Amino acid sequence: MSTLKRVHGYLAQFDSAAALYHAAEQVRDAGYQRWDVHRPFPIHGMDDAMGNPKSILPKLVFVGGITGTCVAFTLQTLTQTNFWSSIGLGFLQTLAETYPTVVQAKPTDIWTLPAFFPVMFELTILFSAFTTLFGLLGLMGLPRLNHPLFASQQFGKFSDDGFFVCIEARDPKFSQEETKSLLEKAGGKNIELVQDEL
Amino acid sequence: MEAKTISANPQASGTPRILEREPLVLHQRSYSWITNRICGIVENKQPLYWWFLFVPSVLLTGLMAFCFTYLISTGVGVWGQKQPVAWAWDITNFVFWIGIGHAGTLISAILFLTRQKWRTSVNRAAEAMTIFAVMCAGLFPAFHVGRVWMVWFLAPIPNANAIWQNFKSPLLWDVFAVSTYFSVSLVFWYLGLVPDLATLRDRCKPGLRKLLYGMFALGWRGANRHWSHYETAYMLLAALSTPLVLSVHSVVSFDFATSVVPGWHTTIFPPYFVAGAIFGGFAMVLTLMIPVSKIYGLGDLITPKHIDNMAKIILLTGTIVGYAYSMEFFVAYYSANAFELQTFQLRGLYGPSTWAYYFMFGFNVFAPQLFWYRPFRHNLWVVMFVCMCVNAGMWFERYVIIATTLERHLTPGSWRTYEATWVDKYTFLGTFGFFMMLFLLFLRFLPVIAIGEVKGVLPQSNPHHEDHGNEGIQEEDLMNYPDRHVPRDAAAA
Repeated sequence: MSTLKRVHGYLAQFDSAAALYHAAEQVRDAGYQRWDVHRPFPIHGMDDAMGNPKSILPKLVFVGGITGTCVAFTLQTLTQTNFWSSIGLGFLQTLAETYPTVVQAKPTDIWTLPAFFPVMFELTILFSAFTTLFGLLGLMGLPRLNHPLFASQQFGKFSDDGFFVCIEARDPKFSQEETKSLLEKAGGKNIELVQDEL
Repeated sequence: MEAKTISANPQASGTPRILEREPLVLHQRSYSWITNRICGIVENKQPLYWWFLFVPSVLLTGLMAFCFTYLISTGVGVWGQKQPVAWAWDITNFVFWIGIGHAGTLISAILFLTRQKWRTSVNRAAEAMTIFAVMCAGLFPAFHVGRVWMVWFLAPIPNANAIWQNFKSPLLWDVFAVSTYFSVSLVFWYLGLVPDLATLRDRCKPGLRKLLYGMFALGWRGANRHWSHYETAYMLLAALSTPLVLSVHSVVSFDFATSVVPGWHTTIFPPYFVAGAIFGGFAMVLTLMIPVSKIYGLGDLITPKHIDNMAKIILLTGTIVGYAYSMEFFVAYYSANAFELQTFQLRGLYGPSTWAYYFMFGFNVFAPQLFWYRPFRHNLWVVMFVCMCVNAGMWFERYVIIATTLERHLTPGSWRTYEATWVDKYTFLGTFGFFMMLFLLFLRFLPVIAIGEVKGVLPQSNPHHEDHGNEGIQEEDLMNYPDRHVPRDAAAA
């Protein structure tokens, strides 16, 4: 049995969404950096109460979407038109072994572009959606198989009706006494020192 | 339901009174009540009704599998298609199922962007229904290609002769639209499930169930770091899905509208198809959710207000569809195109399949008009009756558009009255079993209502709720509807 333990941080429970919101404001004003609130549903305005910046996800998704548009444009023009040859990049068509197939008497130059809009649109959405999914997972730091907080008995209530604040020990301002008294002052209950087994 | 009136300004009695909004969750249920009630469906034994539905569904799925096996082993000739009716039940069924799949994304995306909070009680089930309906839809074109083992020709990869797909064809647009729709709906549905899977994980005893729920919950801890990005992602997916859902049925309608067949070659098709899809989809949502709500005792979460709202959407879209039917007829007359006019005369007045046209018109346009009357929107039997009419009517709509148009093609010499074979009929019946089986398994293993989202719309979830007290105008209401909620005297002052 391993007996080595590392302090993960302090976990405190709060009664309601409003209590959690006000507690978050107090922890923010005390100058902590490494802390988070855990709750069963999103609470609007919590980012401000915690002093967090906005998510950068939209910027990632924009890049993902543009990539989708370009992929669809390239795929279709390369396989259906002479566009790449006409701008002096014919080697791309040789490389990919594609040649325009004439169907429905549609032109093989760039002016057949409107027929490509639906697929360009769909791939923009598809690439954006997958960028949203994987970007989100990256920003959340998930999936992960375990977390020190799951060692706490009371923490499981976060997904039911529990509201928690956890201040981590790696925060430069963390101290066993002051952090605990801050959480008490903010109205925290069942304050627990969560320890991670090494 | 009673609408409680409260005073806007408690000091001055006698000032105009305002109506409080109907609560989205009745009887002031607590967070843990919601968790227990919804997780209880998954954790307890299923009621007898579930088995009564599940066993026939599995048998019908077997029937579907048999029909497809017979089709593959014998050839597509076992279906009733003969020239000139090359598209018949299979494409009708495809458009029917894909249309049903539109309500889920509409509820999750468009109603999310328009801040319709009532969507939270129905969005999960509607999204699940979307995914299952699209799965049913996808089967038909896949088998319609004839040699189903060649279906990979649809994917954007060159075949053995280095020939690429024809990207200028609406049929290929359809492949892209439907597969994108399925993928994005799946991502949307799964992301919505993650916090609720964490709830199920935290309630399980250690074991296989906990392991599986835990794996799919990805280690969700409800942290602000999670929720903050998650809400942004949800918003982005809603914003992406809104044009997507409108595009999918538009692209489906291009399969017809870009052809030169009289009766198909009309510009009204994209909006007409989209309205019809939303119409049919909402009818199917109600068809499923009313029994679910009754069997599992979810009446406090799926309230008369929810059903009333969906009935109004059915009324609106049904009327749009009725307008489209009439406008098609008018344009056929006004175009002075003999072929177009004759197509519609044969379709609605004296063709061989006018019965289908009358079913379509009666079920889709007249039946929903009952919803103008409020007590009908609150009587579940009437609502179920209208929804059943719409479910049937929307199938007839696609049949009318597809099969009856082709029955009377340009040259009278090639006219032929279409007759479906038993394989057509049993395959379609089988997909209903497949759809129901998937939906019942969803009820059995996953939370049918979005637990986290319903909790988020309770009044006590607003962090400023207690600051204002329980009575009086909420800050949020003032922002949304200034002129509706502030008494005139106060607004003037």
